[in-house]
Amino acid sequence: MEFEPVIAFETHVELKTKTKLFCGCAVSFDAPPNTHICPVCTGQPGALPVLNKKAVQYTVRAGLALNCTINRKSRFARKNYFYPDLPKGYQISQYELPFCQDGYLEITTPDGSPYAVGIKRIHLEEDAGKLVHSSSSFESSEYSLVDFNRACVPLLEIVTDHERNPLRSPVEARAYLEKLIQVLRYLDISECAIEKGQFRCDVNVSVRPRGSKAFGNRAEIKNMASFKAIMDALGYEIERQSESLRSGRKIPQETRLFDEAKRITVPMRSKEDAPDYRYFPDPDLVDVELDLEFIERIKKTMPELPDQEAKRLTEEYGIPRSEVLILTRDKHVSNYFASCASQTRDRKKLSRWIIKELFKLLNASGIPIEKCPITPKNFSRLINLLSEGEVTDTMGRSILEEMFSEKVDPQSVVAKRGLKPIQSAKVLENLVDQVVKNNPDAVSKIRAGETKPINFLVGRVMQKTQGRADPKVVRDMIAKKFPSRQKSGKK
Amino acid sequence: MDLCDKSAFELAAMLRRREITSVELTQSVLSRIEQKEPIINAFITVTEETALKQAEAADRRFRSGKKVPSLNGIPIAIKDILCTKGITTTCGSAILQNYVPPYNATVVRKVLRSGAVIIGKTNMDEFAMGSSNENSAFGPARNPVNPQYVAGGSSGGSAAAVAAGEAVLALGSDTGGSIRLPSAFCGITGIKPTYGRVSRYGLVSYASSLDQVGVLGRSTRDCAMLLNVICGHDRMDSTSADAKKPDFLRSLDRGIEGIRVGLPREYFVEGIDSRVKETILAAVNLLAENGAHVIDISLPHTRYAVSAYYLVATAEASSNLARYDGVKYGLRTKTDFADSGQMYEKTRREGFGKEVKRRIMLGTFVLSAGYYEAYYKKAQQARTLVREDFEKAFESVDCMIAPVSPCLPFKLGEKISDPLQMYLVDIYTVSLNLAGLPGMSINCGWADGLPVGMQIIGKPFDEQTVLRVGHAYEMMAGKK
Repeated sequence: MEFEPVIAFETHVELKTKTKLFCGCAVSFDAPPNTHICPVCTGQPGALPVLNKKAVQYTVRAGLALNCTINRKSRFARKNYFYPDLPKGYQISQYELPFCQDGYLEITTPDGSPYAVGIKRIHLEEDAGKLVHSSSSFESSEYSLVDFNRACVPLLEIVTDHERNPLRSPVEARAYLEKLIQVLRYLDISECAIEKGQFRCDVNVSVRPRGSKAFGNRAEIKNMASFKAIMDALGYEIERQSESLRSGRKIPQETRLFDEAKRITVPMRSKEDAPDYRYFPDPDLVDVELDLEFIERIKKTMPELPDQEAKRLTEEYGIPRSEVLILTRDKHVSNYFASCASQTRDRKKLSRWIIKELFKLLNASGIPIEKCPITPKNFSRLINLLSEGEVTDTMGRSILEEMFSEKVDPQSVVAKRGLKPIQSAKVLENLVDQVVKNNPDAVSKIRAGETKPINFLVGRVMQKTQGRADPKVVRDMIAKKFPSRQKSGKK
Repeated sequence: MDLCDKSAFELAAMLRRREITSVELTQSVLSRIEQKEPIINAFITVTEETALKQAEAADRRFRSGKKVPSLNGIPIAIKDILCTKGITTTCGSAILQNYVPPYNATVVRKVLRSGAVIIGKTNMDEFAMGSSNENSAFGPARNPVNPQYVAGGSSGGSAAAVAAGEAVLALGSDTGGSIRLPSAFCGITGIKPTYGRVSRYGLVSYASSLDQVGVLGRSTRDCAMLLNVICGHDRMDSTSADAKKPDFLRSLDRGIEGIRVGLPREYFVEGIDSRVKETILAAVNLLAENGAHVIDISLPHTRYAVSAYYLVATAEASSNLARYDGVKYGLRTKTDFADSGQMYEKTRREGFGKEVKRRIMLGTFVLSAGYYEAYYKKAQQARTLVREDFEKAFESVDCMIAPVSPCLPFKLGEKISDPLQMYLVDIYTVSLNLAGLPGMSINCGWADGLPVGMQIIGKPFDEQTVLRVGHAYEMMAGKK
């Protein structure tokens, strides 16, 4: 029997607000332990939470981008459980009345068609602190220390729907996560750095006979610290459950852990052992009533989303679809492109040069584009020099390298190297004549109908000019010297 | 009469006229403490040294000739449930016996800014759970009227201190009657303001939706003075109300001519000690003779109040007290433990008293899956009905008068073994917490040598009327 998986994500995203969700402490990811703490986020007796408005704005922004209904009234609830990193013995989260619900996120499926992944809800909650163990694990440690810098940092929990347009394969799951990160970065509400714990996923998986309407028992998988881990866990779990069903075993509803070393999932606790969190409305906070004006204001200031931007780049600038996808995959790339686009006219050339040339340098040096040593202004200048014919492509590449390593503007490289292109037809004509004269072998081959030696001759001329000639012009000049080739020869 | 027995109002005037110094006054209070504490046990911590320093500072402010704040130099006791920076704050519990807060509660900050001298931290039922002060890990506070009797709870230490001259004023907290009951039992005046009127920031939570900081003093006027200092919106407390803050002293003398006083009939039926009932009705008569219109009213859902209260309060408490886990502060078990779970268990078993454990367990049950709807949700619905009763009744009256307690003060040990009997002591006070209303307890007479408290209940944010009636009563009854 064929089985198909049903996949649902619970994704926790740390918002990049300046201060924490319920107190005035700074949100900081790399500060020394317990330097951004106060009575509120360490759960001192008597301390009370006060909601960060910015975090609510970010939540609504996410809700709008994910096509959710924004609840006019929402409520915080306490999720009660004991853990040493949880200072109050409960987490302030949401239960009934989350900020956003019933939305979707459009992804592209492998066959290229769009699919609107159902989003069940988006709610806001506080993060817990971080435990630092004296040994590799909690159990084997002699002692553990708690760092409360992360306690009370705002977390967005985004839950996909397992009934309405669920994710149906690991490939879709991956597309969903990538798209989600892309959108959240565009919204400028989270860095979504998985390695820093800013984007964490639990995933619910069940399998059922293909075409079946009923759902199988699901396993919730925790403890995946990377994209690869998520994909590995998913693949393993789907196979494990399918195999169980094939051999007639029942699948219990349970929570499983991903074993990082063995790349498998192992049981953590059964449904019967699931904790009772005893949710109830937090009496220290009041219901949040969002007025229409507040929501409208957020709507009006929504940044352009990746799909919208991609459409614009294709339609307005005529940039090829394949390049547009690259430009809009990462907000930082898109930002760089946008900064340059306002200062250049030839956006197609700009796009091509970012993707082909700049990326080559960035990749080789391992520098992310947001730290690119070439400012968008200087990059634009180079593109303008190229499109005005002031420098040739070959020169451009060499100038770019120097701009990259020396952090200089293109004009000064041109001036320093005397890299003015050879504009004079007469000078070029002379050079071409010389090359033709000095390479009789090539000439005779061309006469015999071969085209390759033309490239060779062009190369010789470019060598002599140190790249300062426009290869196209040179090619034309050479071609003209062999009129018989002109009819069939390519230009 | 010693200095420490005078009213805050009188003392403030004497200080202002420089007839006495704050140091003299503070010393008077401290020597009274030394004399009485072995019996009364009103304090968990006496801050003698810092008190004298604060008194000296207050005297310097007087000498400077500049305008001094309203409570400059007045010794005040703080219930040990309010966080005081650098001063141990135990909540009457072993689990916090060594807890020194890194911050001041908003009300403590305000009291210090008003120039008052903090004399110490008062005894209380553990985490404010109790009606007799017998649930303190530091031994019960005793009633200064007769030390064989309980001081009432949970702010028993604050009430006893004011009654015994061990403080001139005191701060307390009231979740189900914890200011009003001990005030009644000790024969003094105490006010629980409207929920949201006073910041809860730094008030260690028992039941967040019911807790409110209030004041205890020897007269309505004294209470009004302190209330003026502590009221007001606080952005550190999301439930604090951004309401207009009147001068509570200014409206005190307006009299009660034509004021409509409601007598909720359900508060005078079975279960009430006839001596209490007679004393209160006599006081109501006195008000009527002086121009008040007494109106019979009904609060039909009163019978649900105690049950609803104990469900809501314990549910919130079970969550609020989860933070005492031995990880960050307070007690951690000294015995061995295999893992963090065992550490929690042992710490909480050793650190919490019997009544606190009882309420945590009850509250945990109330919130559990499968019971939430039947208990917590139901209790919230009952709470709404109780509130609506008041709203409706207040359409025809300006304030209400009721007993504070159905019984006279009782002896230590008399009810401690019967929690249900003890819970019923709160029968007339918990409704106000459920409805968020202001209420005051003032002494309205004595029966068999024990004080009887009368409760004046006001509309939300109308403490002024409550104070006005209380003050008028004190004047006509020749008290203060």
